[in-house]
Amino acid sequence: MFLCGLCVEKIMHVHFLDPYRPRHSPIHTLDARLKFVLTVAFILTVSLTPITAWPVYILLFALILSVEILSGLGVGYVLKRALLALPFVLAALPVIFTLKGAPLFSIPLGGWTLTASYPGLERFLGVALKSWLSLQAAIVLASSTPFPELLQAMRAVHIPRLLVGMFGLMWRYTFVLVDEALRLMRARAARSGQSAGRSRRSGGSLAWRARVAGGMAGNLFLRAFERSDRIYTAMLSRGYDGEVRTLPLSSLTSGSRLALAAGLTLLGLFLLISILFWG
Amino acid sequence: MHHSIEIENLSFTYPDGRPALRDVSLRIAPGEKVALAGPNGAGKSTLLLHLNGMSAGEGRLTVCGLTVEPKNFARLRAAVGLVFQNPDDQLFSPTVFDDVAFGPLYQGLDPAEVTRRVELALAAVRMTGYSRRVSHHLSVGEKKRIAIATVLSMQPEVLVLDEPTAGIDPRARRALINLLRDLPMTMLIASHDLRMANELCPRLVVMDEGRIVANGPTAELLKDRLLLEAHGLEGIV
Repeated sequence: MFLCGLCVEKIMHVHFLDPYRPRHSPIHTLDARLKFVLTVAFILTVSLTPITAWPVYILLFALILSVEILSGLGVGYVLKRALLALPFVLAALPVIFTLKGAPLFSIPLGGWTLTASYPGLERFLGVALKSWLSLQAAIVLASSTPFPELLQAMRAVHIPRLLVGMFGLMWRYTFVLVDEALRLMRARAARSGQSAGRSRRSGGSLAWRARVAGGMAGNLFLRAFERSDRIYTAMLSRGYDGEVRTLPLSSLTSGSRLALAAGLTLLGLFLLISILFWG
Repeated sequence: MHHSIEIENLSFTYPDGRPALRDVSLRIAPGEKVALAGPNGAGKSTLLLHLNGMSAGEGRLTVCGLTVEPKNFARLRAAVGLVFQNPDDQLFSPTVFDDVAFGPLYQGLDPAEVTRRVELALAAVRMTGYSRRVSHHLSVGEKKRIAIATVLSMQPEVLVLDEPTAGIDPRARRALINLLRDLPMTMLIASHDLRMANELCPRLVVMDEGRIVANGPTAELLKDRLLLEAHGLEGIV
C-alpha cells in the first residue's frame, strides 16, 4: 500500500497518488472526452473479442503500444503499472481446471486430482490478455489526462452528475485523508523510542501495537466524518441545495470529431474481424 | 438605513445542553470592519455560523436587511460570504476554477457572468492564472486566498472570516492583511491575531463563555490589560 514506513519518512505531502504525468505529447493534448470515449471503446472491444482470436490481440496490443509510445509516458512505465492486472489474472486461475476438454496435465491433491484442460488454459490466457490490455488503456488515459478533465469527460457522456460530483469529492479528499494518515503515522513514529536501559524490550506486544493501529484507524475515520460535516456546511454556505450544477461544456472541435470517428471505426473493424473469423 | 448585521438577544445551546451563546446583541454598520476575539470555546465560530442560517438559535437576527429565517437562507448565503478556518474544508472542488465558480453557479448566473466573476475574484485575491490549478497542490497561504475568492465571486455584502491568519507564515499573513484592508465590504473577523485586529478593524468585540464581554474601539480595548487577561487574551506590546 501507499502508507509504507519508507513513504512516511520520505514525504510530507502526497503527490504520488495522482496518476497524472504531465508531458508534451499528442496524446496529452487530445480532448479528454475523446480519450475517455475511445478508452471505454477499446476496453469494450477487448472484452468482446472472442477468446481464441489471438491475431486480433496482437493488433490491439500494437494499437495500445503505439499510443503508449506517442504519449511519451514510456512503455516501461505503463507495462510496470499494468502488473496491477496480476491479482485479476490469479482470480481466473481456477478456470484452467474447471473447464472440460482435452486434458493437458493432472495434479494429484490428496484424494483429489486437478486436471488442467486445453480449453481451460485458452480461456485463462484470454482473460489474462484481456485484463492486461484493458488496464494499459486505462493507465494511459489516467496518466495523460488531469483528473478534473476526466470528470468533465464523464459529465459529457452523461454519467449522472451526482456520481461525477462524488468522484470529484473522493479524488479531492483522498489526498487530504492520506496526508492526515501520514501525519498520524509520523506522530506515532516520533514517539516510538527506545530507552537507554538494555533490559527493556521496546516496541510493546503485538496485541498492544494492533490496538494502537486500530485506534489510529478509528481516529482517522472520526476525523474524516467530522470533516465531511464541515465540508457540507461550507457547501451549504455557498448556496448548495442538493442539486449538482456545472457550467456547460464547450463543443468538440471538428478535428476531435474526426479522430473520434476514426478511432471508433478502427476498433469496430477489429471487433468485426475477430467475430467473423473466430466468433 | 439598515445595519449590515443586527443581532438582538441571541442565545444558542448545543444539542448536548451546553450553552454556546448567551444573550448576544451586536450591531455592525455597512462598511464597518469588526474583529471578534476571545478564548477557544467562547462561541465565536458559533456566532459566525448564525449569520447565514447555518446554525439556528433563539433571538432576532437581521443580516443585510433580511431576517435570518429559512425562506431567506438562499439570499443570505449569497449576501454573506463565510470563509471557514480550514481552507481544505472550503475548497472541495477538483480545480480552483470550479471552487470559485461554485457560489455564482448556485446563484443561477449565466455562464459568461460566472466566468467573469471567477476572473474578478481571483484578481482581487491576486491569484489570476491559478484557475486551472488543483487545490491540493497549493500552499496554505494560497489556499486561504482562494478560499476568500470563493466567496468574493458571490459579490457578498458582508464578509465573515474565521481565523484568517491561523497557520500561515508572516509573508502570507502580511499579504492577506493587505488584501482584507483593500476589500470594501462589511467584515466580521474572528481571530486570536490581535495585531491584525488592531491593524484592520477599528472596533473589537471580546467574547467569553458565550457572552459579549467588551465592545469598543480596538486601540482602547487592547490597552486594557486586565480585561484582556481576564478573558484569556494577550495584549500587543
